[in-house]
Amino acid sequence: MKQYVFKRILSTIPLLLIISFVCFVFINLIPSNPAEVALRVRQVPIITEEAIAEVEAELGLNRPFLVRYVSWLFDCLKGDFGISYVNPSRTVAGELARCLPATLQLAGASLVLVILLSIPIGFLCAVYKDGIFDQVMRALVFITTAMPPYWVGLLLMWFISIKLDLLPTSGGGSFAHLILPAFTVSLSYISTYIRLIRNNMLENMKQDYVLYANVRGLPQKVILVKHILKNSMHTCIVAIGMSIPQLISGTIVVENVFAWPGLGTLCISSIFNRDYPIIQAYVLLIGVLFVVFNLLFDLLQTVSDPRLRKEGA
Amino acid sequence: MAQRFWKNKTAVGTVFFVVLIALLGILAPWIAPNDPYAADILHKYESMSAQFPLGTDHLGRCLLSRLLYGIRPTLGLAILTMLGTIGLGALMGLLAGYFRGWVEEIIMRVVDVMLSFPSQVMVFAVVALLGVSVQNVVLANVFIKWAWYARMIRTGVMQYRDKNFIQFSRCIGTPEWFILARHLLPSIAADLAVLASLDVGWAIINISTLSFLGLGVQAPTPEWGAMLNEAKNVLTSNPSQMVIPGVAIVALVSVFNLMGDALRDVLDPKEVVE
Amino acid sequence: MTPVLAVNHLSVTLQSGKNTKQLVKDSSFSVYPGECLGILGESGSGKSMTVKSMLGLLDRHFSATGEAFFCGKDLLKEKKETLRSLRGKDITMVLQNPMTCFDPLYRIGNQMAETFATHTNWSQKEIREESLAILDRMQIQNPKVALEKYPHQLSGGMLQRIMIGLAVALKPKLLIADEPTTAIDAITQKEILEAFLEIKNAHQTAMIFITHDLGAIAKVADRLLVMNQGEIVDEGTFSHILHHAQDRYTKLLIEKRQAVMARYQQVLGGMV
Repeated sequence: MKQYVFKRILSTIPLLLIISFVCFVFINLIPSNPAEVALRVRQVPIITEEAIAEVEAELGLNRPFLVRYVSWLFDCLKGDFGISYVNPSRTVAGELARCLPATLQLAGASLVLVILLSIPIGFLCAVYKDGIFDQVMRALVFITTAMPPYWVGLLLMWFISIKLDLLPTSGGGSFAHLILPAFTVSLSYISTYIRLIRNNMLENMKQDYVLYANVRGLPQKVILVKHILKNSMHTCIVAIGMSIPQLISGTIVVENVFAWPGLGTLCISSIFNRDYPIIQAYVLLIGVLFVVFNLLFDLLQTVSDPRLRKEGA
Repeated sequence: MAQRFWKNKTAVGTVFFVVLIALLGILAPWIAPNDPYAADILHKYESMSAQFPLGTDHLGRCLLSRLLYGIRPTLGLAILTMLGTIGLGALMGLLAGYFRGWVEEIIMRVVDVMLSFPSQVMVFAVVALLGVSVQNVVLANVFIKWAWYARMIRTGVMQYRDKNFIQFSRCIGTPEWFILARHLLPSIAADLAVLASLDVGWAIINISTLSFLGLGVQAPTPEWGAMLNEAKNVLTSNPSQMVIPGVAIVALVSVFNLMGDALRDVLDPKEVVE
Repeated sequence: MTPVLAVNHLSVTLQSGKNTKQLVKDSSFSVYPGECLGILGESGSGKSMTVKSMLGLLDRHFSATGEAFFCGKDLLKEKKETLRSLRGKDITMVLQNPMTCFDPLYRIGNQMAETFATHTNWSQKEIREESLAILDRMQIQNPKVALEKYPHQLSGGMLQRIMIGLAVALKPKLLIADEPTTAIDAITQKEILEAFLEIKNAHQTAMIFITHDLGAIAKVADRLLVMNQGEIVDEGTFSHILHHAQDRYTKLLIEKRQAVMARYQQVLGGMV
């Protein structure tokens, strides 16, 4: 068991290296010379060859490719992602740190909504399969998967904030600001997981162990909750866990709709400003989160399933 | 197969609907009542009338005409993206599944790396890298999605490649390319058709999202996402502006999703309950 | 003598979409106290369907008509809740795939305990004692360790014996064994059959033994029903059926069996 965990952790290292390499290559693929971009962004009036060479030396761009990669990687490990092109007085790490809490808050709230809504609804849909509730929910699920999140955001903003004047339209800072963006982010995940839990439960209902539980005369409640729900939750919790990084990256669009001061807003404004170091660090961050959460929930699944848990070791 | 298709009302209905929408888009210059770019500030925010069947927007442009012209970028780019994704994905998947060995090894490692990035972020990264433009949006969407298809198609090919008729074909000395084109491709065509229709729905949402954020199709062009971007600015004063393009997107995406499910029923004989 | 179970004109139909299919046609039979009734037939002949329909174990796509009197109650007309309280206590069942019949996420002890907790008001301690006693009776080594095991850690034979132990623990009036020997290997099959014989001799429990294995049924059943395509085609004692089979299908079944046995003895004889 310990050996497996160790192996699994080790196996992520090459992947992390590849991801970091791709991120590094990314910034080197920019059509224009980064030094030139930096100069232009700093609004240096006349860009001379010397000025470019100076900035290249300053940014360490004149060294060989692999040397630059390794030094960049070590800088990243130390938490130094370089300096913003747009605003040289700010570090990329500082910018990310400024925006990260808001995004985590939004993603966390969305995750709570996903779990609180999708599991009970999926459960009820499976229990009352083809009943009115199930049919209504299935129609809603179908419609929500076809709705672009930004449009949902606009509709909610208009209806809840403008028409009913219940919640603030945009911005961040308070709990009231959080509700609409969090719901918008979670909506598409909720519909995905309602479907997943419903199908998983229906699949489990066909299993022999359910027949045998019925044969032993166990009450329906026990069979549904203790056995079927727990078996289906098992798969679903892992799936939900692995989607946490997607949830974090999924906030990009919604943050922009609601002007939520998080990483997504930072990312889009960086794209418009061509502030490549910030985009690079953002992609790297999400990539690493992706790998880490996959690892974490894969291990969690292994530990929590007695069939996968190896004996003795 | 054709018979099963005509029997399946959802399949026929959705395909008909998509063809109709595509025709409306192609014929937009002849059927649109007004010029989609003709601004007329005096007639802004008009409600439905004979001259403007769906009313006008904040610049007094005819909404119906913009909607009809908007089919071209919205549906056209999505279909282009789908063709690109499926093309690249199928090619890679076929190569990996069929040849095995180091070809497969390399392709699948690349696929693994591609899949370890969240697609949402990759789109933005690619658009950031290549610059904001329509081609780049299509490229970005193809780039992030092909790996999914490569993996699915490879699995499909692996299942078929050991089937007897393929083995037989190889035994009697049929050239490899012939086996690939003649036997494997039709075998996985069913999977591809289903994927393709689901993928168009996904691409419509994704491309319109980029346009909405200002990273895709740019402002005066009547793309549905871009129309919503313009509608966003007048959300407080004229909320009804966002209804029509939004409903259009939801309807079109729903139809593609329905079509995917229906095609699965049509193409997969095992699923059919007589 | 009044039968434990008397089934009259039982029919089961499956409704899927617009199609209906009759799976069990107009079947009547009785089981008397202390008797073991064997139901013989190939897969899909409606053997399991017959008993499952009486116990309310089929989903709503199936519908059953007729009568099935158990201790004066018509099972087909009873409420779900009544049937549930009968199941696992007065009517128990042993199923065919022991490896998949237990919930993989819970320990064996937990799953035994939940059965007792449902049907009795025993304390935790009594439940544990009884569970250990069952495992001991079913000759499972280290019962205390076995209780703490997950289903995948035990063999099919052990799980099958635990199932049988659970089925007799609450002194049921009727025990139904649905192909209990089909999914396990030959040596274990013999042990399992012996377990059934012992139960029959020791408890005088009425039993229904469903199988397609003529050899197994010959050992335990007092009386036989032969089912083919949802109908009871023959009925009688084993030797009666063996020698005076009425139905063409039954004859075929026996001929094949005898041919195999003859060949078997010939080969065995040759070796010895």
